[in-house]
Amino acid sequence: MNAPQPYFYAENLHKRFGDQVVLENITLGFEQGKVNGIMGPNGAGKSTCFNLLTGMYKPDRGRIVFDGEDITGLSPEAIARKGVSRSFQIINLFDEFTALENIMVALPRVRTAMSRVLWDLRGDSALMDEARDILVQVGLKGRESTRAADLPYGQRRALEIGVALAARPRIVFLDEPTQGLGSDGRVNLADLINELKRNYTLVIIEHDMSFLFGLAHKISVIHWGQVISEGTPDELMQNEWVRASDLGKVA
Amino acid sequence: MLTSPRGAPLVNVQMLIFFAVLLSYPLWASSAGLYQYLGVEIAIFVIYALGFNLLLGYTGLPSFGHGAFLGVGAYAYGLWQSAFPNVFAGLLIAIVCAGLSAGIVALFLSHRRGIYFALMTIAFGQIFWFLSIKLRWITGGEDGLLNILRPEIDFRFTSINLSSNVSLFYLVAILLIAVILILWRVVHSPFGTALQAIRMNETRARFAGHRVWLIKWSVFTLSGAIAGLAGGLLCITQESAYPDVMSLHASGFVVMMTLIGGGFVSFWGPVVGAIVFILARDVIGAWTETWLLWYGLLFMAVMIVEPEGVVGVWRRIEARLKGKTAGVAPVSAAKREAV
Repeated sequence: MNAPQPYFYAENLHKRFGDQVVLENITLGFEQGKVNGIMGPNGAGKSTCFNLLTGMYKPDRGRIVFDGEDITGLSPEAIARKGVSRSFQIINLFDEFTALENIMVALPRVRTAMSRVLWDLRGDSALMDEARDILVQVGLKGRESTRAADLPYGQRRALEIGVALAARPRIVFLDEPTQGLGSDGRVNLADLINELKRNYTLVIIEHDMSFLFGLAHKISVIHWGQVISEGTPDELMQNEWVRASDLGKVA
Repeated sequence: MLTSPRGAPLVNVQMLIFFAVLLSYPLWASSAGLYQYLGVEIAIFVIYALGFNLLLGYTGLPSFGHGAFLGVGAYAYGLWQSAFPNVFAGLLIAIVCAGLSAGIVALFLSHRRGIYFALMTIAFGQIFWFLSIKLRWITGGEDGLLNILRPEIDFRFTSINLSSNVSLFYLVAILLIAVILILWRVVHSPFGTALQAIRMNETRARFAGHRVWLIKWSVFTLSGAIAGLAGGLLCITQESAYPDVMSLHASGFVVMMTLIGGGFVSFWGPVVGAIVFILARDVIGAWTETWLLWYGLLFMAVMIVEPEGVVGVWRRIEARLKGKTAGVAPVSAAKREAV
């Protein structure tokens, strides 16, 4: 009998830019309702892998399947509409909008109402409450009216996750969420992710190994454009490559 | 701001003031040293600039070939009028033809952004301009379509003769009011919010699930259709249609109108900009033939001192009057809603 396929998986992904092969035969699987991690050194191909999985780039070869549906080569908006959401390593917000507007514009019932000319978002208190709930969820209560550009860095990171959640995803990809955060910010983010994992399937690329080892159920290690190891944090600590690298010091 | 549970009203105070000034124009124009024909021209260019600002100010898409759709509207009206004289049918045809032209062009543009988008609008604008000159059997070539007489509109209970500039002004003014009311709703709808989101961060908008190419296609088509309405009205006013309005040079005017008024920060920016532009043409033009040189210098000065245009200057003054003299921040597009 065949083993059940993971909730989201990629098979034999291959990506080259010009004459440089960035990813080679990457095969990954993410389990539903878990925190899945991807780690690896700088330049290993982690972000390219994320960009393939979420539609920013199209793979040269291989396929990507989400909940039994082949989403290979679909546009980012098509993939987002299927319930795949993401944050970015470099913060990507609607800077001139307030925090609340950032959430509202990403809500599915806003993006599917483009022809409703008489619907003013400002006049819909139920919609605003829905957006406010997401801000509360990511710890931004009281910052509704603040422009995204005026928020402190840590709160911009939280809003970035809020915008990803606003799209009502079934799986959320977080690209280096700790980047630029201080130790307090990391603690807050870890708390947030622990909250989110109750309701979402999460995939996290992370540089900070101790952060990822403390949260992830399963981690894939990418190096030289390939998956060199996979397993639970405990299993990875037994891996020869991991032990030989800086990752071993995490334990 | 979108944070209070209160939608934009259907009509606000600024609108009422503008409508009152607009509709009373024929009464006070001559005592202010203006003339009726000028009012018609201003109202037409306000329609054109408001439609253009959906692209530039709201979506951040710089089109340097928009004169093409003004021209298509003018020719479509003129050709229709020659065969089937009916003002409203002619204007509808102008809107449809310009909208269709813009829709076809937008198929090629909606997946582009930045400099590539801008260059392609120039290229398409040049194609339309070239065609308007070369297809003599349709457009009359460089001479244009002439003798498109201003007809009389028969409403059964009364009739309006458009050969009077005052009558024509009221027709244009009523259409302008309709355009303002419609666009006001559009910019406050989810579609208008998505336009602004695309201007701020197209990538984020796509990953939030917005069909960005379709939204860009739609706004370009809508903006082209509005330019077509303005073109049809221009044809009625000038009783002719010329290729000049389709040139790159003329397409630049609407960009200057929109920017000098403050289209990036206010719904009213293009209204102010079109008024400033046409008045500058007449006032400076009365002194010297090189009015465009002086207008260009004025444009540069405004952009250097206050990139947010006349509306930005006004807001700065308003803030000072309220005593906020220190550190007045640039008006963000998010504050557009308050205008």
